[in-house]
Amino acid sequence: MANMAQAIRMALHYAEKNYNLKDVFGQDVGAPLGGVFTATQGLKTAWNSPLDERGIIGMAMGIAMAGDRCVAEIQFADYIFNTIDLLKIAGNTLWCTNGQYNLPMTVMTPVGAGIRGSVYHSHSFDAWASRLSGWKVVMPSNPLDAYGLLLSCIQDPNPCMFLKPKALMRVRGEELIPGEPTDEKDLKNMIDAPIGDRSKWKAKWPDVQEYLVPFGKGKITRAGDQITVVSYGRHLLMCNEVADQLKQDGYSVEVIDLRSIYPYDWQMIKSSVEKTGRVLFVNEDTEVTNFAEHLSYRVTQELFYHLMAPPRVLAGKNVPGIGLHPNLEDSSVPQKHEIETLIRQICAEVP
Amino acid sequence: MATKKAFGGLDKKLLINMHKLMVKSRVLEERLIKIYRAGESFFWIGGPGEEAWGVPLGLLGKKGQGPAYDYYHLHYRCTPTLIALGLPMIDSVRLMMNRSTDKSTGGRNFSNHYCIPEWNVAPVTSPLEVQYPIACGTAHVQKRLGKKAITIVTGGDAGTAEGDFASSLILASRKGQELPMLITVQNNKWGISTSYDGQHGETHIADRAKAFNIKSRVINGNDPVESYICLQEDMAYIRKTGKPAFIEAHLSRLYGHSSASGANPVPNEVDPVREFEKKLLKAGILKEKDVKELWQSFENEGVKAAEQARQEPVPTAESVWDHTFVGSENADWRNF
Repeated sequence: MANMAQAIRMALHYAEKNYNLKDVFGQDVGAPLGGVFTATQGLKTAWNSPLDERGIIGMAMGIAMAGDRCVAEIQFADYIFNTIDLLKIAGNTLWCTNGQYNLPMTVMTPVGAGIRGSVYHSHSFDAWASRLSGWKVVMPSNPLDAYGLLLSCIQDPNPCMFLKPKALMRVRGEELIPGEPTDEKDLKNMIDAPIGDRSKWKAKWPDVQEYLVPFGKGKITRAGDQITVVSYGRHLLMCNEVADQLKQDGYSVEVIDLRSIYPYDWQMIKSSVEKTGRVLFVNEDTEVTNFAEHLSYRVTQELFYHLMAPPRVLAGKNVPGIGLHPNLEDSSVPQKHEIETLIRQICAEVP
Repeated sequence: MATKKAFGGLDKKLLINMHKLMVKSRVLEERLIKIYRAGESFFWIGGPGEEAWGVPLGLLGKKGQGPAYDYYHLHYRCTPTLIALGLPMIDSVRLMMNRSTDKSTGGRNFSNHYCIPEWNVAPVTSPLEVQYPIACGTAHVQKRLGKKAITIVTGGDAGTAEGDFASSLILASRKGQELPMLITVQNNKWGISTSYDGQHGETHIADRAKAFNIKSRVINGNDPVESYICLQEDMAYIRKTGKPAFIEAHLSRLYGHSSASGANPVPNEVDPVREFEKKLLKAGILKEKDVKELWQSFENEGVKAAEQARQEPVPTAESVWDHTFVGSENADWRNF
């Protein structure tokens, strides 16, 4: 099974071949490195930009304005903050121009903690991205979804933000990407660049097929009827693990992988909460003005009389950064034991 | 023959046309200020005084839609360029009076925030200088296409403080990956109320382009003949070499920067329209009577445009969700 970096690479290759994707660019995105997480190795259209985030986003906007599709990468989400006004303009261009200029561009950037990346390599961006009107925003939790969501982003005529949970870049999935070789070693030999001299290396791409994960469609990854847990990215896997553990103690936890942050799958959340009467939202962006607060607000407004307990949000602490020492990182972003404790508490509540 | 030499060898017909477009642009800009002062608009921002630069810039481009034609990444002071490209006055007035008939923004944005895809006019934005790196993107696509089309980007002298300006110099000049761009700065020596000396240490902004090995020069942007000839030369150079060129045009700011600084006339500045007009009259290329009629005819057109726009519809409240996404799909979270 492919890992997420390989899945992204294969999606970009598929888009180069089938969607007329003409530019994949950013800092260290081209040869010889192929991206700091190796997600752009071997691609025909990948090139290295100057070390300039605003230049990268501005250029992507211009390429899209001229009608070509592109994928621009910001090496770490921590560095995307100095492009916020450009992202705002990209999101409002269609609206401000009375529908005259659309920008078919995708920006991808690794997000979140989990690799001991310290203050400037651990930040989340989902809450910030959720308020960039005019953008579609996604975050996969497994390689197959990464493949399908990235293809949806590239194909879409609007600006799309593809958030890569960096801690999952080497995690393998449970499902094959259509066309992917069944043996992991075969795939590695085909598309992983060798260590050392890469000047003569070329990827041998498997005949991967189109697979799209539509925007706004979540996925129930664990079925249950006692509480709904909504997450995405790295924390979705934690929520799955906790749900499996708690099952042994008799808890029935329904886990939803939101996959798409905007637009989001309200109907899936609604149906689940109507069934369970309890809900916990989990993500690692900081807790004050967190995207899950919007979802929690909406649950309260629209599903109040279905609730057995107040909706809860478990998110990153509102501290300025993620500290390097594990004690600091682990106490800043939600951990499995916290998810478990909260689920037990919420389930114990009686109206 | 002597007359032709006095005007840089430019054809008489071209000189008369440039004058006409400069007058039209000036009358339009002043009409927009009047509309603002009459309380029929919320804000004015513009650039009377840039006609001698902007009109040649609009006349010289390869006009059309798509990367085989020239792109214009302009800023809010570029009405003369739009007029030279063929903008009818009424379209500018609709934008000023935020009518739903305003094609550029549908009543959503400020005066002079033009957007005309049919002529490759990229949307004008309020944040300073973001157009510079965006322009690199259209130039990149044009280079790939190989049709000798170029990207033109303009901005103000004060805006060069923004990093986006430097981004464009870097992206445009990388060895072997040079972009076919005309990068320009219209230096009127003011950024709202900040003087040139209050911001700049460099002698010429154009010197910054030199540091990137970009062909670079400083010109008198108040002289339409000098502007036309320099632009023509540099555009030909870019089309031939595929490399960027840079022009710093010195010109006047005849009114305040915007409503923020009062939209009042600024004394002791060279008026490029009147100066050019005097020269053409002296050379016998124009006649007093014709000049008077020309100004009056554009005044009439401006008044008529305002009267017409006044009668046209404004955006409806329901249209607020239009164009959030292509087809306005999934725009309102309440409807998911």
